[in-house]
Amino acid sequence: MTESSNHEMNNEVPWHVRMIPFFDRYGILIVIVVMCLVLWAMQPEVFLSWRNISNIFKQTAANGMLSIGMFLVILTAGIDLSVGSVLALGMMTLAVSNASGVPWPIVLCLSPFMGMLAGFVNGVGITKLRMPHPFIMTLGMLFMARGLANLISGGVPYSGLPDPVRFLGSAQIYLGEFDGTRYNLPIVFLFTIFVYLVFWILLEHTVFGRRVYAIGGNPEAARVSGINVDQTLIIVYTICGFMAGVAGLIMAGRTNSGFPNAGQGMELEAIAAVIIGGASFFGGRGQVLGIFGGVLIMGLIRNGLNLNDVSTFWQQILIGGIIVLAVFIDVLRRDWGTRS
Amino acid sequence: MRPQNSNDDSPLLEARGVSKYFGAVTALRDVDLQLWPGEVLGVVGDNGAGKSTLMKVLSGLYPPSKGSLHFDGNEVQFHSPRDARDLGIEMVYQDLALAGNMNIAENIYLGREPKRKVLGGLISLFDHKKGLQMAKDHLDNLKIQVKSVEQKVEELSGGQRQAVAIARSIAFQARVVIMDEPTAALAIKEVGKVLDMIVGLKDRGISVVIISHRMDDIFYVCDRVMALYHGANFSESHLKDTSRSEVIGWIMGTKENVRELAHDRVK
Repeated sequence: MTESSNHEMNNEVPWHVRMIPFFDRYGILIVIVVMCLVLWAMQPEVFLSWRNISNIFKQTAANGMLSIGMFLVILTAGIDLSVGSVLALGMMTLAVSNASGVPWPIVLCLSPFMGMLAGFVNGVGITKLRMPHPFIMTLGMLFMARGLANLISGGVPYSGLPDPVRFLGSAQIYLGEFDGTRYNLPIVFLFTIFVYLVFWILLEHTVFGRRVYAIGGNPEAARVSGINVDQTLIIVYTICGFMAGVAGLIMAGRTNSGFPNAGQGMELEAIAAVIIGGASFFGGRGQVLGIFGGVLIMGLIRNGLNLNDVSTFWQQILIGGIIVLAVFIDVLRRDWGTRS
Repeated sequence: MRPQNSNDDSPLLEARGVSKYFGAVTALRDVDLQLWPGEVLGVVGDNGAGKSTLMKVLSGLYPPSKGSLHFDGNEVQFHSPRDARDLGIEMVYQDLALAGNMNIAENIYLGREPKRKVLGGLISLFDHKKGLQMAKDHLDNLKIQVKSVEQKVEELSGGQRQAVAIARSIAFQARVVIMDEPTAALAIKEVGKVLDMIVGLKDRGISVVIISHRMDDIFYVCDRVMALYHGANFSESHLKDTSRSEVIGWIMGTKENVRELAHDRVK
């Protein structure tokens, strides 16, 4: 309608606003490359060793699962505080049922199934019980799922799982031997790539995915457009719970056990990865690739600090600072990038 | 009240004796409304007169507590805005109901996304390409100029957003468009363009109901004007049989002494 004002605009747009699309697209990549270079310079022997890289993949996989589910929820301007506890609930259901002689194909499915169930309850609570904010419902679930995980296990760890159950979390593909080093590719790395690919298709190329973005952008607009917002939210929280259950399966496989205090605080790491990955707490903003970057950055921070013998106390302080910085960048981007 | 130049014998959309209660509050009391094909009807009334509630009943967002709705001569019941949309009744909301984080095209077909089947119909994916083309053709058709349909809505001016909201309302065979204060949030230079768009809708044979506080809007686009007062019908008239000061009097709930009440004496 106002073609003349658009032309005027183009000349007036300051450089830092014109850079937004560039940094939206490549910012995370730049951060990751810089981090790798720094870590490599500090620990040239260890950091780029295959052993270390495959360790990063293994350690970040569970967070990767939680984060992509959390991303879906944050896209709708929601939050799921329960994923860490739900991970533990899935893991303990799996471990306890295995110990009581349930056949492994069922054991394998139990963790994702319990996760799905918890997520579904979250979704129904938020929409049908009309909880004032997802924070409340999922905070409740945080306690309930943790309590259940302790209840069914009597609060003690269970170890020893059959190989098929451990497959996802611990199996590796032998790639070969070069220069005396054995190269193994963790299955869970391929699985992570696969999951992120599925989520990318889901969010960018299905009607459901676009509606998730629309709900995050303006739930009222979505509702009056005939989108069933409640149903979509229930599906979103169910998927998030399901991913927490998958993370439980992966962690059980990696540690060959189930322990009822698993995943404590991991909901916060997942939120951190999502926010660092460029999603906005206001909803409707962020890309799957960015979240993958956020998860990698979290993994690199941990790995780099561990390699350099930085105490976990300092790690916490640093990660906290990075979260605040990432959100501040989001705030600036919103200020510069939108007219109001 | 049937338009003088109309050959139709029944209104396109009609509300008969509609009441709406919110708890103990009566928002609408026995309200009648007729909208004839190809007509622009202005609805006026003070804040709290029940205009927006009536519009939300007509567009399926609120079910009426009492009374009935009729479309094309048949009684209809709307359980959601979707039911009304399926009949071609669209609403342009005061707060615009656009998703700022999404592009113009996606906003235009939100809720009615074009799909394409892949893997032999097993999975139905969202058709980006078709959506962009549809939106572009539609805006071209309405002579709405934007840089690109892939521009995000939050980057648009108020007038452009209103244009997108109106374009969106008639993207799928609309027969009735209901607009709640379409010019209230606009810069003065953008008001004219939006009003011309509304006249354009009428030229396409679309019936329009428009709520506005601005007498300029009402007297520029409407064929007929009706006033609500305290949730009930107060008065109505063909536009050429009334004046601004009379309509302003209706808004204040009086049918006399309007000269003294009116702030807007310009005719």
